[in-house]
Amino acid sequence: MPYNPLLVAPMRADMTRMGARELLTAADVDAALGDARGTTLVFINSVCGCAAGNARPALAHALRHGVKPEQVVTVFAGQDLEATARARQYFADYQPSSPSIALLKDGEVVHFVHRHQIEGRPPESVAADLTKAFDRHCGAAV
Amino acid sequence: MAGRVFHPGHEELHGVTVVVTGRSGRTYVGRYHEHGDRGLVMHDVAIHEPGAAPAREAWLERQQRFGIKVDQRHLIVPTDEVGEIRRLAALAS
Repeated sequence: MPYNPLLVAPMRADMTRMGARELLTAADVDAALGDARGTTLVFINSVCGCAAGNARPALAHALRHGVKPEQVVTVFAGQDLEATARARQYFADYQPSSPSIALLKDGEVVHFVHRHQIEGRPPESVAADLTKAFDRHCGAAV
Repeated sequence: MAGRVFHPGHEELHGVTVVVTGRSGRTYVGRYHEHGDRGLVMHDVAIHEPGAAPAREAWLERQQRFGIKVDQRHLIVPTDEVGEIRRLAALAS
């Protein structure tokens, strides 16, 4: 059952403040991910105060890096159920967890951060892993 | 309490995805909730049976790479069964 919208509003605001676009419906997800060209980061948001509490600042930190995905979108697990389920269909080889982060390039998952790779780690450490992935997959082709 | 406490007010491993080596030979991977009189309470648990294919190490590698394929949403592992407990993220991938 979704949490009170008032409770999760600050967690949504964290995402939009850093430039992520919220996807609230399956149609939103298809519109964002259906066109497979380019690089897209999908952040599965979560109410978990610890893992997500590290993951959101980690992503904010990583997005200040010079190289980053062309598109950054987010769905909220446990809140926007339809959108989250549809987003997970785009990386169906990966088991659901939240928070988690998928980096897609031309429709293929090129990097995935599971919840267990976020737990207990400082945001800067998670961000460092993300920026390495950005450098590897989001830079201009040579 | 030593180390970084993931959830203030709880055990250090609360909320952390761990690998529990069972004395029976089973392996459990899931989120640690608490370890009390009832045993070790875990959530979203994948279980590897001894002798099952793929072998334990390959199975663990798959859990790390693709995430936890949940067999049991909630599980209490009896204390007698609980052997070594390690963070999944700490295993070499």
